[in-house]
Amino acid sequence: MKELRTHAGFPIKPLYGPEDLADVDVGRDIGRPGEYPFTRGIHSTMYRERLWTMRQYVGFGTPTETNGRFKYLMAHGQDALNVAFDLPTQLGLDSDDPRAEGEVGRVGMAIDTLADMEDAFAGIPLDRVSVSLTINGMAAPITAMYYVVAEKQGAAADRVVTTPQNDILKEFVARGTWIYPVEPSLRLVADLVEFSAKRYPRSNPVSVCGYHIREAGCTTAQEMAYGLLIAAAYIERMLARGISVDDFAPRISFNFTAWGKIFEEVAKFRAGRRLYARMLRERFGATNPKSWMFRTLIGGGGSAFVVQEPENNIVRGAYIALAAALAGAQTMALPTYDEAYTIPSAKAQLIALRTMQICAEESGAADTVDPLGGSYYVEALTSAMETEILEEMARVERMGGIVEAVKSGALQAEVARQAYRFEQKLASGEIPKVGANCHVGDTPAAADREVELYASDPQVAAAQIARLERIRRDRDGGAVARALARLRDEARAAGNLMDPIVEAVKAYATLGEIARALKDVFGEHKEPVKF
Amino acid sequence: MKVLIAKPGLDGHDRGAKVVAQALRDAGVEVVYSGLKRTPDEIVRAAIQEDVDVVGLSVLSGAHVLLSRRVLEGLRAHGAGEVRVVVGGIIPPRDVEELRKLGVARVFPMGTPLPDIVAAFTKEARET
Repeated sequence: MKELRTHAGFPIKPLYGPEDLADVDVGRDIGRPGEYPFTRGIHSTMYRERLWTMRQYVGFGTPTETNGRFKYLMAHGQDALNVAFDLPTQLGLDSDDPRAEGEVGRVGMAIDTLADMEDAFAGIPLDRVSVSLTINGMAAPITAMYYVVAEKQGAAADRVVTTPQNDILKEFVARGTWIYPVEPSLRLVADLVEFSAKRYPRSNPVSVCGYHIREAGCTTAQEMAYGLLIAAAYIERMLARGISVDDFAPRISFNFTAWGKIFEEVAKFRAGRRLYARMLRERFGATNPKSWMFRTLIGGGGSAFVVQEPENNIVRGAYIALAAALAGAQTMALPTYDEAYTIPSAKAQLIALRTMQICAEESGAADTVDPLGGSYYVEALTSAMETEILEEMARVERMGGIVEAVKSGALQAEVARQAYRFEQKLASGEIPKVGANCHVGDTPAAADREVELYASDPQVAAAQIARLERIRRDRDGGAVARALARLRDEARAAGNLMDPIVEAVKAYATLGEIARALKDVFGEHKEPVKF
Repeated sequence: MKVLIAKPGLDGHDRGAKVVAQALRDAGVEVVYSGLKRTPDEIVRAAIQEDVDVVGLSVLSGAHVLLSRRVLEGLRAHGAGEVRVVVGGIIPPRDVEELRKLGVARVFPMGTPLPDIVAAFTKEARET
């Protein structure tokens, strides 16, 4: 019989039975949904009372174009937004910065000033929709802009629900939109968490991501292990400020993938919920049950998809949606079938949304809580994943802890090593991909006829730059200079930087100006290049 | 044979670049990796300083045409036009020809098998 392994690396037996659950204490380890340690889910009734939120990742071109796509998706039943920003915005460069050439409005929408944010959310009531902002190094100023737009719309602060990603540690490991060195970057994360916890009680000021690290190549167990360690690192920073864990932990959320083997993915989340609950209660002393809950977005993971015969990715997406539902996702997002080629078309985005809706309404996956609970296989896998995750966490501790492992580049090197191993398994066929390394068709797919390629419009950058120049001309230059000087001064001290950032935003300082003011004080990150 | 794997522009996705770098190293090639977010000018200077045979650019943000042009122009301007430049990443089919016209020796769009990439680097290096 062929040997099979999980993506985490341990073998899968051909059959599981009661003997595999000998070490499981049902009351202690599995329990009831909605109760500690939440193995079966964070709510007692799960989808019977409330379906997962559907939140596709959208953003391209100018804020006005993105605003149009937001409204299109909302008209088709999407209930929440997830905003993509272009790379200059993510890195704190204005659209007319020489380094932004060729990148303005390309992988997301361009934001230079508060005025762009006002356009992006024109006609979208921010006291009624929840909006994720995929922004990290620039999370503090972009979220400040969002809060100011909400305020200008007249939204009450306690009605504003936003989730800035604000997870800088994973940016150093994967995705790469770091700007400042690790320590001041962590300070900015904590500043936004603290500010939001005090002023915007329903916002989720950090979304801890295993997702991108998995996309960069790590295993399932590593994805969960690193995510839990990153969350712990942020919690420690907050506690060091003298803030009580129950004052911010209930608003911590997560972002993970579910693209591998369905049952392993489900087990990963069941084990992760259990480990997180125990960590928060036992290690950090949280007493509010909401602090113990691992609330997560479960997304696709474009690395599940292949370039050959791209329409098959629609089928892969459906299995991912099923895995996410069975895993107990609070929010779901799927990659689009054309993602390996292009910025998603409106059609591809609608198919992804429809896939989640079909999973929710037709498949029966949402009919009862944790439908796989009690399965010999899934319970045994959950225990095995828990052991594996703990081992991966211990490995990082041996590197000096997650922050040190990120600073030294040891963690990045491990993820790159796993990515290479994965590629070798693809090449050998150990990890099968239909149409790519097995059941390969005899006619190469005419992929470019099957997907509608996004044509980036050269006018976007010109329009964005013209608008930026107009705002620079029209604003009160004295107010901008004063706000930026205050920001520099306060960055040199130890206080929370959100108030001076909000002042700069309101004066229509550009994102590049705000980023530069902080760079003057913090300097820039120097990547430990290892592979 | 010596190769520079480089990440020009602002794109922070380095999985592909690091996988290719490891595969080339395993194939006995001397590999230098630039790290993320290098400017074309920095890449040109590194290629000359390290005296590489091939520069492999990895771009996933869509800015590949502009960035490749800048690197090729820079190499020529510094009298290093003989250095071969290859490009991989999210390269839509319609851009492959355009990159070739600019002087890119080989293009590795999405889904190119790793062994093919390693073989192509070796072949380009032999021809320099």
